[in-house]
Amino acid sequence: MTLRNRWRKTLSTVMLGLTGVCAVVAVAILFLMLGYLVYNGWRSVDWDFFTKLPKAPGETGGGMANAIVGSFQIILLATLIGLPVGFMAGIYLSEFGGKTFAFLVRYMADLLNGVPSIVIGIFAYAVVVVPMHVNSALAGGVALAVMLIPITARSTEQFMSSVPQTLREGALALGASKWKTIATVVVPAAYRGIATGMILGVARIAGETAPLLFTSGNNAYMSSGFTQPTASLPVMIFLRATAPYEDWHRQAWAAGMVLLLLVLLANIAARLILSRGIAVQK
Amino acid sequence: MATSAAVSAPPPSGAGALLQRLRNGDEVARLITLAFASSILLVTVGLIYQLWTTSALPRQKFGFGFLTSSMWNPVSGQFGALPFIYGTVITSVIALLIAVPLGVGAAIFLSELAPPRISSTFTFFIELLAAIPSVIYGVLALFTLVPLMRDYVEPFLKKPLGFLPIFSGPVFGFGYLTAGVILAFMTLPFIISISREALLEVPTEQREAALALGATRWESTWQAVVPYARLGIFGSIFLGLARALGETMAVTMVIGNDPGIHASLFAPGYTIAAVIANEFSEATGDLYLQSLVALGLVLFLLTIVINAMARLLIIATTRRGSANP
Repeated sequence: MTLRNRWRKTLSTVMLGLTGVCAVVAVAILFLMLGYLVYNGWRSVDWDFFTKLPKAPGETGGGMANAIVGSFQIILLATLIGLPVGFMAGIYLSEFGGKTFAFLVRYMADLLNGVPSIVIGIFAYAVVVVPMHVNSALAGGVALAVMLIPITARSTEQFMSSVPQTLREGALALGASKWKTIATVVVPAAYRGIATGMILGVARIAGETAPLLFTSGNNAYMSSGFTQPTASLPVMIFLRATAPYEDWHRQAWAAGMVLLLLVLLANIAARLILSRGIAVQK
Repeated sequence: MATSAAVSAPPPSGAGALLQRLRNGDEVARLITLAFASSILLVTVGLIYQLWTTSALPRQKFGFGFLTSSMWNPVSGQFGALPFIYGTVITSVIALLIAVPLGVGAAIFLSELAPPRISSTFTFFIELLAAIPSVIYGVLALFTLVPLMRDYVEPFLKKPLGFLPIFSGPVFGFGYLTAGVILAFMTLPFIISISREALLEVPTEQREAALALGATRWESTWQAVVPYARLGIFGSIFLGLARALGETMAVTMVIGNDPGIHASLFAPGYTIAAVIANEFSEATGDLYLQSLVALGLVLFLLTIVINAMARLLIIATTRRGSANP
């Protein structure tokens, strides 16, 4: 073997080995982060965290019951607006869309999808908070819904268009009208994928902080209804972590762990649903 | 029955036709879904309209000078976007410098070398990394990365390289470099998963031909496979860049919040998203608030352009291989 060939062989082994190192580093980052978060979160979380209201700044103890309920309120609102609108828009894009208009909608959905979440926050502030003169769960819900709509629309469209054309033709040949074909054949055939997309979408907006900062705001107490400033877990984590109190840092870890576990569970559940599905492949 | 009548009868004209189609139900369904689809259009146009009208004051007062002024003084009513644009670009560039080699390397391993089982397991974990909320990256960065950078990484870099302006000055832990590192972690999953898909699209013949010519495994990968998938890889990088530019919470927590322009990467700075997050709810006076909205508009335009480029590149690779551009 000449020297040059030996060099080429060595280079090949070294470079390919390095790519392996890159992959391991990427996965290691995930596990280090998860491990450290769960380690710190587990030490910090207690029963009070789920049941008590926050204490005044600097005092030890208290919990985030108001933020947990608030997050639930905001996400519920966003889901109620975002999922149906996104789903129907997805049906349009996949089944009824012509050329020009569908292209335009698709383009705008992708554009909206790429808008930084803080800019969505500005939008919701301008359309909801400014007219109402107060931060509210409603404004937060609208902000998150604006993020959820394009995600749901595009994933619904994607999974519905991957339903084989022959299924549609079969139903139409039996005399079903188009909407009946969609409702009884296409949507059921794609429902796993559609559900997965929806779960992933909700999981994504559940962790969003930036659009809530000046829409739902913050509240030291339970918010009474949807038109009051409302605390939420992500905003609470941000405020607790950046405050100068030791005990608040502990609560930030606890809240971070709770939020992360919820989001990751939703993600894993969604992937399991999809991987069990036979009718629709991604 | 109505359906078969509609099929066999010659299409009636005018109002009769519309009525016929409405009775069928299909037209109703089409119109309902069309209305929902239009709402996406409406929201996007509304968003652009709001950003434009709510940033009218600084546009009138400063014009393009808004973009080039480095003065940010709410007390004297001076607002310039340059320190924030600078911070946004610098942190994103640092993020890409770290994430691109790491991400493309990992993608090569996952698509070319790893057995399918390992590849799919790793990809699963890496995609989970993308699902972690930004504020959680922020907490981790604030409590672990900042002390780590301050006590070890930055002094380590400063000792041999301190003569360079970018590695000079006092170390705080909070600053461009720390923000760049956390952004690298956040963009990594996008780069890996999309580059991997682009590499998997490369036909096997491409590899076999190179190997048959006597290339080593690495030469075949680097000279035959990677160039073939380059558009998809560039697309993934642009997508990662768009994410990094608009990322808010994690950066806000570690950037140091200083509206100045510093050559040193160790120095605290500010990004567009971070300044909006920190100052929006406390902004007093219309000019201050609208200047922040104008910053939002700048960020919006920046990400649109980058996203559009990413999408074009990714579409170009999935339609046909990029071997003959």
